[in-house]
Amino acid sequence: MYSKDVWQPTAEISALKFRAEVFHKIRGFFYERDVLEVDTPCLSLGSISDPHIEVLTSQTRTLGKDVTYYLQTSPEYAMKRLLAAGAPSIYQLGKVFRAEEIGRRHGIEFTMLEWYRLGFDHWQLMAEMDDLLSTLMGQTIASERLSYAEAFVRHVGLNPFNASLEALQQTCHQHTEYGLDEMDRDTLLELLFATLVEPNIGQEVPCFIYAYPASQAALAKQQPDEEGNATAARFEWYWRGMELANGYFELTDSIEQQQRMHNEMAERAEHGQVWRQADERLISALEQGLPECAGVALGVDRLLMLLQNKAHINAVMPFAGAHA
Amino acid sequence: MASYSTSDLRSGNKVMVDGDPCAVLDNEHVKPGKGQAFNRIKLRNLKSGRVWERTFKSGESLDAADVMDTDMEYLYTDGEFYHFMATDGSFEQHGADANAVGDTVKWLKEQESYVITLYNGAPLAVTPPNFIELEVTETDPGVKGDTANGGSKPATLSTGAVVRVPLFINIGEVLRVDTRTGEYVSRATGK
Repeated sequence: MYSKDVWQPTAEISALKFRAEVFHKIRGFFYERDVLEVDTPCLSLGSISDPHIEVLTSQTRTLGKDVTYYLQTSPEYAMKRLLAAGAPSIYQLGKVFRAEEIGRRHGIEFTMLEWYRLGFDHWQLMAEMDDLLSTLMGQTIASERLSYAEAFVRHVGLNPFNASLEALQQTCHQHTEYGLDEMDRDTLLELLFATLVEPNIGQEVPCFIYAYPASQAALAKQQPDEEGNATAARFEWYWRGMELANGYFELTDSIEQQQRMHNEMAERAEHGQVWRQADERLISALEQGLPECAGVALGVDRLLMLLQNKAHINAVMPFAGAHA
Repeated sequence: MASYSTSDLRSGNKVMVDGDPCAVLDNEHVKPGKGQAFNRIKLRNLKSGRVWERTFKSGESLDAADVMDTDMEYLYTDGEFYHFMATDGSFEQHGADANAVGDTVKWLKEQESYVITLYNGAPLAVTPPNFIELEVTETDPGVKGDTANGGSKPATLSTGAVVRVPLFINIGEVLRVDTRTGEYVSRATGK
């Protein structure tokens, strides 16, 4: 992949000026709201348990021993450890890494803005996200809000909570030629969502999707919806077909968190995925006590793409792809 | 047999899908916010020519199709098969049936070079050169002096193909034609 001929940047200098301006405005926004900037390590001795995210590692020798460091995929665990140790509301604007395929909207290294608000629930946090985008764009933005079920019924024609496995398999196969043998409901729901819902929401203004199935809770609290469906206080932010952010009214129960982490590690083992040290220090921190809070991670490069009408993520980063 | 992981497929790779050899035209990585990653792959079935999109789980593997493109010269037809000979000096010959030749039959000219797609060693498809020079065998008489009017008329070429040509073209003239669009380009410059 390396070539000495590709020395030039992948972004125009004007795009880098815009990028710097947005960074400046983000820091100003949080400074005015008394949210503390932190910079947790890129290299950590523990990593995430998520079976669907692959992690980059780095080897070195420390004090005469071989040590594996994991590059952070998000500063979530470290930031929650800070909150449990008494930090106020905090934000971080920095690089994260994933061992993923690169593409139009994916890089192995990208810039994430992640923040946690003590005493907020996810509704208050969504409102603050609109405020941030309004500040960045210099005009008032009010995102649309749709529940996962509403979006699914509208664009797929099925209720994600009641539809039979067979109906999900058939519909998925009809649109993607995948799914007749897929026994995992969530995999079918996710592919249907990515194929039929994502491209059709948030075309004008951004759109928040909330109340995800409890089985896709990740690190969010579980909260049944009004109809009694098992949902999670997780939301995602979509704009013009791109997933921009993922947030939670955060799970604070250490026992529940430990259970989820163990289930994910078991799933990794079952699928023969590489073992990694899941960072159980998050559980120790939750045992100490994570204050009630809401948090969100936002892909800054994707936001820059949308704000500048760039079709490829490389066009907003100084050196991306084979130029990195 | 060689195989590809769906996440590694690139445009130009040839794979087996549902028992048919297919060419990969595009591969889009689909990663829901959380959860399983997929690859949405645009394929062309090399037998039927059908182009469509199909989604696979990332990391699933597909067998490589034993498909190879070779340059071959058209020799003759015996009524059932169209015979071609390799231009690489091996003099290797292959007979392609009407199915493999498909629409290219109307651009078949002796001693012209074609790309023959071999699947398991047998011709699967015949692709003509982008431009080909053919003689007019039938058309209305040419209109003298009318070189700028922009009018057109049908002309039948030596291979049987019918193309729209300018009014000034006469029987016996050799024309340059774009085989991709079936359109007249110009009079041939030299024979």
